[in-house]
Amino acid sequence: MIVHIPSPLHSYTDGKTPVEATGKTLLDLLKNLDKQFPGFLFRVIDEQGEIREHMQFYLGTKRESELSAPLDKVSEVHIICAISGG
Amino acid sequence: MTPTPRPKRGAVELLISTRKGAFRLKSDATRASWKLRGPWNLGQIVNHMVLDPRDNKTMLMAARPGHLGPSLFRSEDRGKTWVEAKRPPAFPKAKKGKPGRSVSHTFWLQPGHDDEPGVWYAGTSPPALFRSTDGGNTWRGVDGFNNHPDRKKWLPDEATPPDGATLHSINVDPSDPRHLVIGVSVAGVFESTDRGKTWKPMNKGCDMDYLPGDDHEYGHDPHCLGVHPLDSSRLWQQNHCGIYRMDRVAGEEDRWIRVGRNMPKAIGDIGFPIVMHPRDPDTAWVFPMDGSSVWPRVSPGGKPAVYRTTNAGKSWTRQDKGMPKSQGWFTVKRQCFAQDARESIGLYFGTTSGEIWASKNGGGSWKCVAKHLPHIYAVEVAGVRP
Repeated sequence: MIVHIPSPLHSYTDGKTPVEATGKTLLDLLKNLDKQFPGFLFRVIDEQGEIREHMQFYLGTKRESELSAPLDKVSEVHIICAISGG
Repeated sequence: MTPTPRPKRGAVELLISTRKGAFRLKSDATRASWKLRGPWNLGQIVNHMVLDPRDNKTMLMAARPGHLGPSLFRSEDRGKTWVEAKRPPAFPKAKKGKPGRSVSHTFWLQPGHDDEPGVWYAGTSPPALFRSTDGGNTWRGVDGFNNHPDRKKWLPDEATPPDGATLHSINVDPSDPRHLVIGVSVAGVFESTDRGKTWKPMNKGCDMDYLPGDDHEYGHDPHCLGVHPLDSSRLWQQNHCGIYRMDRVAGEEDRWIRVGRNMPKAIGDIGFPIVMHPRDPDTAWVFPMDGSSVWPRVSPGGKPAVYRTTNAGKSWTRQDKGMPKSQGWFTVKRQCFAQDARESIGLYFGTTSGEIWASKNGGGSWKCVAKHLPHIYAVEVAGVRP
C-alpha cells in the first residue's frame, strides 16, 4: 500500500514520499518500513511500544491510534507529525 | 596520582551543540582567529557532541528532532560522514501490564577508559546510564544503576529540573576503569567501584536547602561534577546549593566541603558548570549565576564573570576582562564551559543566547569569537575529555 511520509522522516526515505510498504496491521506496516529504512521505527514508536507523542496515523481519512488496527481494507496510510512549538 | 600529561598543542576545535543543530568552531594555531562550520542536523536538538580522545576519529552526537524519538549519530572519520547508531540507548520493554520507561533524550556522552577502546557511557533523561562496547553503535543499560532497588527513593517523580531530570557528569577514573562517579539531577552524586554493578550515594556534606533537615543521603542536585584526572581523590562539584570540593582519605568518611562559601557574598556560589585545570588539581573555574528569589539563572546584576581558584577553593578571583560591564545577562548551561589542555589554558563558554566566549590565558581576558548561534547546550574541545 501507499504510505505518505512526513518531512521530519524524509532523511530515512531519501526524501521520497509516498513509499510502498506492506503489513497486516499498522504495527506490521511500521516494521516493514523499518526494514526498508533502518531506524525509522524507533523514531515513531518508543521502546515500550507506545506511539510517540507527536505522531499520528490516518488509515485513508480515518485517524487510528491502535497499532493493532488491521489494514486489510486500507490502500493508503498517512503518517502525520504534529509539529508545534519553537 | 596519574602522571601529568604534556600540554596539548596547535589549533583548537570546539564542538558546539545547540537546540537547532551542531556546529564546529576552529582556531588558527595561535587561537587568535576562528572559523565556524555547520550546521549538522539542522533543526534537531543536539545535546552533546564528543570526539573520542583515544583514537581522534570516532565522534558521537546525541540528537533529537523536537517531534520524533531520540537517536545517536556516529562518525568514524572525525565528523566528515555520519550514520545513525544501530541501537541507540533505550530501556528494555516492560513486562505486560507493568509500567515501562522510555528515553526522552541522551544528555551526556563519555568516552570510556583509555585501556578500553570502544567503550562509551551515555547518560539520559529520564536518568539512566547506558554503556556501549562497540564505539557507540549499540547500547545496553547499566542495570546496576538503572534497576537499583533504591532507585525509586533516589529519583522521585516530582521535583525534576525544567529540562527534565538527567544523568550527567559521567566520570571514569583514569587510574581504574571499574571506578565510576556520576551526577544525577535531582538525586545526587553516586559511585560505583565495580563498573556499575553496585552503587552508593556520595553526598555527605552537601547542602540541600530546598528540603527540611540536614545531611540527606540523596535527593541533591549536582549541576556539574568532576573527578580530577591526575588525582581521583580530588573531586569538584557545582551544585544547586553551592560549590564543593572533596578530598578523599582512606579510612575517613567522604565529605563535601562548601568552598563556595569563600566566594564574594554579592555574587554567591550558584551556577551550572565547573571546569578543572587538567594539570593542577587545586585550580578550577566556575561561572556564577543568580540563584536568588525565583532563580533568574543569569549573570548576577547583568555583569558576567568567571571566577577562578588556584588554592582549592580557599579564595576566588573574578575574571571578566573583555566581557560586558553591564546589561550582559548570560546563562551558561552545565555542559557549556570547557578547557583545551594547552600550556596556557584556553577556556571557552557558550551562552543560551548563542555566543561563544574564549580566553587563551586561563581566563585573564575574554573575547566573543562566535555569535548569532542558536541556544547553546554544550561546548566541548575536540580531543579533550568532557
